[in-house]
Parts: sequence; C-alpha cells; structure tokens
Amino acid sequence: MHSAINTAGPRAHEIAELMTLFTAVCAVVYLIVIGVLIWALLRKRARARLASEAEREIADRKARHVITWATALTVLILITLGLSDFFVQRSLFTPPKDPLRVLITGHQYWWEIEYDHPDPSQRLRTANELHIPTGKPVELVLTSRDVIHSFWLPSISGKKDLIPGRVNTEVLIADKPGLYTGQCAEFCGLQHAKMRLVLHADSPEDFEKWRQQQLQPGREPATDTERRGRTVFTSTSCVLCHSVQGTDASATVGPDLTHIASRGTIAAGTLPNTPDNLAAWILAPHRMKPGVQMPATPLPPDDLGALTKYLASLQ
Amino acid sequence: MSTVQLQDKRALEAVWADPPGFMGWLKTVDHKRIARRYFVTALVFFALAGLLALVMRLQLARADNTLVGPDLYNQLFSLHGSAMMFLFAVPIMQAAGIFLVPLMVGTRNIAFARLNAFSYWIYLFGGLLIFVAFVLNIGPEAGWFAYVPLSGPQYSAGKRTDIWAQMITFTEAASLIVAIELVVTAFRLRAPGMLLRRIPLLVWSQVVTSFMVIFAMPAVMLASSFLISDRLVSTQFYNPAEGGDALLWQHLFWFFGHPEVYIIFIPALGMVSEIIATFAARPAFGYLALVLSLAVTGFFAFGLWVHHMFVTGLPPAGMSFFTAASLVISIPTGVQIFCWIATLATGGAIRFTTPLMFVVGFFFIFIIGGLTGVMLASVSLDSQVHDSYFVVAHFHYVLIGGAVFPLFGGFYYWFPKLTGKRLSERAGKWNFWLFFIGFNLTFFPMHILGLEGMTRRVYTYGADTGWTPLNLLATIGSAIIAVSVIVFVVNVILSLRRGAPAGANPWNGTTLEWGTSSPPPSYGFADLIYVGSRQPLKITPLAYVTGLPTRMRTSLATTLADARPDHITPDPNPSIWPLVTALAVTVLFIGSIFTPWALIWGSVPVTIALIGWFWPTEKQARDLQACEVKPEEGRAPRLVEIGP
Repeated sequence: MHSAINTAGPRAHEIAELMTLFTAVCAVVYLIVIGVLIWALLRKRARARLASEAEREIADRKARHVITWATALTVLILITLGLSDFFVQRSLFTPPKDPLRVLITGHQYWWEIEYDHPDPSQRLRTANELHIPTGKPVELVLTSRDVIHSFWLPSISGKKDLIPGRVNTEVLIADKPGLYTGQCAEFCGLQHAKMRLVLHADSPEDFEKWRQQQLQPGREPATDTERRGRTVFTSTSCVLCHSVQGTDASATVGPDLTHIASRGTIAAGTLPNTPDNLAAWILAPHRMKPGVQMPATPLPPDDLGALTKYLASLQ
Repeated sequence: MSTVQLQDKRALEAVWADPPGFMGWLKTVDHKRIARRYFVTALVFFALAGLLALVMRLQLARADNTLVGPDLYNQLFSLHGSAMMFLFAVPIMQAAGIFLVPLMVGTRNIAFARLNAFSYWIYLFGGLLIFVAFVLNIGPEAGWFAYVPLSGPQYSAGKRTDIWAQMITFTEAASLIVAIELVVTAFRLRAPGMLLRRIPLLVWSQVVTSFMVIFAMPAVMLASSFLISDRLVSTQFYNPAEGGDALLWQHLFWFFGHPEVYIIFIPALGMVSEIIATFAARPAFGYLALVLSLAVTGFFAFGLWVHHMFVTGLPPAGMSFFTAASLVISIPTGVQIFCWIATLATGGAIRFTTPLMFVVGFFFIFIIGGLTGVMLASVSLDSQVHDSYFVVAHFHYVLIGGAVFPLFGGFYYWFPKLTGKRLSERAGKWNFWLFFIGFNLTFFPMHILGLEGMTRRVYTYGADTGWTPLNLLATIGSAIIAVSVIVFVVNVILSLRRGAPAGANPWNGTTLEWGTSSPPPSYGFADLIYVGSRQPLKITPLAYVTGLPTRMRTSLATTLADARPDHITPDPNPSIWPLVTALAVTVLFIGSIFTPWALIWGSVPVTIALIGWFWPTEKQARDLQACEVKPEEGRAPRLVEIGP
C-alpha cells in the first residue's frame, strides 16, 4: 500500500485527518469566494442608481464593511488552521518511549538498513526491505553517504530527508501487519525513480523470528553448484562491493547479500527477486536501471548459473 | 487628450527616432522596442520550455514508458523549470514593466536606457547559452533548484551544471538591472502631479517586485557563485566532509526562491487590478489596501523560505515560525481578492472581453493554488505532500493561475498599445477556454497523484502503482494547452497582418498609456501633462510641462513623494556599446565556465567596451551643458497652466 490517504499507522492517520480538516475548510472558503465572484459578475446593475456620487459612496461603504469582516474571518480561519497544525506537529515531534532503533543510510540508489542493538552480536544489516514489529515505535536514524535522499512511506508516516553530514530521525508505527511500499522523495540522480523501498510490518512474533534468522551468517552451500557459485562470488568483482556474513566478502559499498534470498525484491524494490531477474541484473544492471552504480559483470553462463543458484540459497 | 499642441511632433521625432536600418535595430535604447524584444524572446522560451514539458507528459502517459531515458528526462525537467522561471516568467513580467511603467507614469523613456539595452542582450545570450547547451546534450541535469551535493563536483561531473549556474548569472544580472531602472523610473520620472497616491496599481506592483528582485537576487547569485567555485576551484562551501554544509545551499537558494514566486506573481496582480478597473468601468476599489497588500506581500515573502525545507530536519520551534509566516501571507492576498470582487460588484456594466475572461480564470485557478498553499504551510501536511505531485499541482495552480492567466489577459489588453492592432476576440475566447480546460485537466489530477504517493522528478513509474489513468488524463490536458498556445500564436500573427487598427484607447482605459497613439511614437508622448487624479484621462489636463530642451533627448525628473518638477535629466542616444559590452561580458561569463583565468583576461575586453560606452562625445558634452538650468535664463522646467 502506498498512499497518504489510505493510512496504516497512527502518524499518517493523524496527518490524514488534518488533511481532511484543511481540505474541508478550504473547499468551503473556495465555494464562498467563487460564489460571490459569480454574483458580482452577473448581478443586474441598477445603472441609474449607481450613477450618482452619493449612491456610489453608499455602495463603497457597504463593500468596505464586507471586506473588513471577510478579512477578520480569514484571520480567524488561519489561526484555527495554524493551531490545529501545531497540535498535530507536537504529537508528531514527541520522541517515542523505548523505540527500536534502525539506522538508514541513503545511497545512490538504494537503502542501507542496520538494526541497532547494545550488543554488537545482535546488530544486523540488510537493504531496501525494512521489517518492523507492529504496534512498537521504530526510530529511524537517517543519514546519507552521497547525495540527499528522502525517506517516505506514505501509509505510515511523513517523509524525512537523508542529508550527508547530518543525522535526522523519523518515527514509524504500523498498526497492522502488511506490506507497504515507499520511495525516495528527494531527487537524487538518474535512478531516483527506481529507488523504492518495501516495509514489512510483522507481528511481534514474526518480527522476532525474522530477526533471529537474519542474525545467522550466510547459509553454507549445500550442493556442488552452490559451492561453485560461492567461489564465483568470492573470486570475481562481486566482493569488491558486497558482503555475505560467514565468507570473506565483507565490503559495504553495495547492499549486504547475506540473506538476499529472504527478500522479495532486488534493485531497490523494483524487480521481483527471481533467479532469472537476478541473473539478468548481474549481467547488465543498466538494462533495468540505466545509471545504476553497479557495474555489469559479464560472467560465462555456467558461472552465472552457479552464482544465481548460490544467491538464491542465501535464505 | 491633447487638445493643446505645445510640442512640435516632427522635432521630437527627429530627436527621439532610432537611426534607420539594421544598425538602428542594434543600437536602439527605446524602452518600447526593447520591451517588444523581451516579449518575443520570453515567449519563444515559454514555447520551448512548454515543448519540454510536453515530452515529459508523453513519457509519463503510461507506466514503464521508454520514450525518453532518465538522463534526458532529468535534463528535460531541469531545463523546463529553469527556463520557465529565469527565461520566461521573470523577464516577461519585467518586460511588461519596461514597456508600461514609463508610459503609465508619463515619461519619454525608461531611466538608464542604455543599461536597459544591455540587460536585454545579456538575457538573450544567457538564454541562448543554456538552450544551445541542451541541444549539445550538456543541458542542466540537477533540477532548477540544483541541490548540492547532487549538483556538486562529485555527483555532477562535466559542464552541465556549470552552464546552468552561469545562465543564472546572466539572467540575474539582467533582472537586477531592470529592477533598478524601474524603481528609478517610477520614483523620479513620474509626470508632475502624480503623487504617490496617484501612481497606477500596475506601477506599484512593478516597484514592489523590483525591490524584491534587488533583495532576493543577490542570494541566488551568492549561492550559484559558491557552487561554481566549489566546482571550478575546489572551494568546499557545500561539502560536509570538509566542514561545508549541504543545507547552506537550500537556505540561500530558497531565500531567493520563495520571493521569486512573488516576483513573478506580483506584477500579474498589477495587471489584474488594471484590467478589472477598466472592464468594470470604475477605479479599483480599495486603492490603499491594494497598494499596502502588495508591499506587505513583498515584505513577508522573505520570511517564508523555510517552508521549502520542512522535511530537512530543522528544529520544530523554528519551523513553527515559518508556518505562521506562511499563513500570514495569505491575508494580503485575500484582501486583494476581496477588493477586486468589490470592484466588479460595484462597477458599471461589465464587459466580458478576453482580458477580463483571463482574469476571471485567474480567480478560479489561483484561489485553489492559494488554498493548497495554506496546506503546504502546515509542517505536518507538508511532511506528506512535500516533493510529491501535490506540490507540482500546487505551484502550477499558483504560477499559471496566478501569473500566466493575468499575463495572457494583460497581453490581450495591451497588445493594441504595443502594436496598434487588435487581437481577434473570437480567437481569444478559444484561446481562453482551451487553456482553462487543458490546464485543469493537466494539473488537477496531480493533487490526487501526490496524495497517492507519486513523487516528483521520476522519469517513470511501475504499473503496480495505479497512477496510469490520472497521468494519462494529465497528458491529454497538456495537449489541449498546447493547442491553446497555438491558437494564441496564430491569433497574434494574423492580427499583426490584418487586425483591426486599435486607435489610441480601444478599451476606454483611464491610465496615461492610453493617452498616446497606438503604437506610441518614439518619444512616447507629444505633450507631458500634469496629472491631477488617479484617472488622468478622465479629465482635461490642468497644465502642461514646458521648458524642456527640444534639440536633445531629455526627461523631466520629479521629486519622489509629491512629483514636483525637479530638474532636467539628459536621456541617452542610441548606441552600439551596450551590445558590444554584452558580448564582452558573455565571453567572460562563458569563458569562466572553463577556466578561472577567464575572469582576469575576460575583463580586458569588458573594460575596453565600458571605456567606449562612457567615452564622452562633444555633442554629449554640449547636451549636458544645455541641461544645466540657470533659473535666471528662464529655461527651468515649469508647468504651464491651461486656462479655460
């Protein structure tokens, strides 16, 4: 789900209610002003009556009266709207109690996700697909490694920029389990359009199960093909950017692939995670996302097949 | 108006006419000719930028379209925004000022007429630079807002962003120059008797705008100079890794960028006031309220810029201030709308001409944009709609509704004065209805798209988003706008060829520009009158100016507040030097894209050109002497009263 009106969390919900209030007030104001305008344009003019200076004076005085009141009313409406905004703002900016902390780093054109934990062995890294437990506030700590990005999950909350050299925070609370999508909202270069984001709101039990599974190192290959795939992975340019926990690959330039097979999408939420897509992506990522940072990797078909098998095994 | 003929028109023509032929065309300093040039050039840029938008709309007409790729798409929207703002909207509004302000205050030429010629040339060269760059595939790619670090040396390698930043330098220099000319013209060259309270509303709007230009443009020139030096000579203003700050750009840019919206919009409000007053057959209701509203808007426009940065993580208390300021600015706008409606309600019989229809369209569209602007003032709502298509819808409602509709109205209104021909009313109504319908079809759906999560500046979207139908609708609407613009162009061309002659005052206007022939002669007015009311053409003038030297170009300078005759000021003759200087400056500006040394070597031709510009000729020296009035000789400018 991907909409600021169909909301799935208390924060987006509060904003949507404020939006309804503003829209209703503005609609009424619009109809009144346009109504009066049409009346002014079409009214039958008592030309003779308006001809005399004195009559004109009276008409002007009446108009001055109406304008004064209309202006006062405008001020009143603006104060009301401003105050209602301040109340919502205050609740949005109140820091949550005991949140789950997740560090999000923006990259051209993907999201690095790291779950914070006082115990380093409990920290885990993933990319582009964020899992959160329902009902619990999640504090996102946002920064960027390159240009400015903006984190936006419209159904859950408003957006917040990821700015290099700065750290911002945003809070997510999801009401019910489900799959929500989002997108980078600040123009960040060639593939800004395909810098998408997937949120899995899980029940607390499912979330814990997912977390435990993600804490495991990359699965050991079970077949010869997978073993060969791992050799391809660790002996070609893949390791220059990616990491798989439990192997020698530990670079952090690109997304962490330790549990790549557990993700539903690749290429920052833009392609379904199927073996075919994965193989095509490795061969020529520019076909799908022109301008993407990942270079093409021309592997012989056998190697590519083995590599794809290996990656698909990394549950 | 001129019942009395005091001045010899032939003598005036001999002094004020441009030299004939091509050289005369290059040398002219006539504000009317230069304004015409500005109009044509700005409208060409409008059409080109509109074509870019059409290509974007075609690309977005369906999901996963592959008509243009991301690289071209980014250039398309970057150039569309930059050209519409810097090459169309601001220059065309200032062109209206260049043409109308001297005529409306009753003087012969704009102040600093040679600078005026210079401003046009560098505007033209700046515009050509960026469009030629686009054709050569080095068009801007970082958006019209060019946020760092994306526009910085690391993420926008090559010359694309340098050329964009230098285009800003060209156009901002041009626009600062025009702003100064307009302020001086309106403050010191008014017809005697045109007290502050008798200044036409359009002139007030141009004065307020010009002051805004003077205060806002330096911010963007500073910002873009920092950017250029970051890119060219490795300064680190915007690089957080070296102690710079990425948000600095946004503060500087929006400190200019928000007033920019009002710089475009306030002149349009002046046009609305004049058009409504004429077609409701009464002076605008609430003159003082209207003037003060303009001034207050101009003032508050500088206190809103942070509402473009509500999601950058600034402190909430600081943002609340900008929410309040953003709400407050809708009050003067509301007051103006109320005054205009009152003018229409209490006026005489309303004439539904094309200019007035565009103004009525302005009300319908602009008010929606104003109200969605109130929504954007809210930090909470903005966190959802910011950088979504909702904002795209909002500012097109404000800028097209608030500025382009009045501009078209103004064009239909003053075209007879500009050319001496009337535009076809029938084609005008087609123009209006197609534009009105096309506009709403294009931009209304974008509100909904934004709320459904469609972000700005995306070159494509997936079919799973469900955004296709509304995007298709928007594309259809944009095609209708294109048809309406074609109707407009055809109307202009046919009317120029065989339009009905306009006569001096086709609409029964009451401001001074309608008191001279259409098109006005090179000297503007034969006789300079004393202005005794806000509607000078409604009464026979009480007095005329005499005592101005007739063998040379001169104007009467009057005092700021009460417009008493003050002194005679010489007006420049035609000159080739503004063009030569503009060419030298262009070489310097473009050269500095490639090497900082261009600033050093490029200044040599600029200096030579300026020496040529200011080299006094014998005739000039004699003219200057003639201007020095010795009261005992009885040649001081004075008013001659015309007795009954």
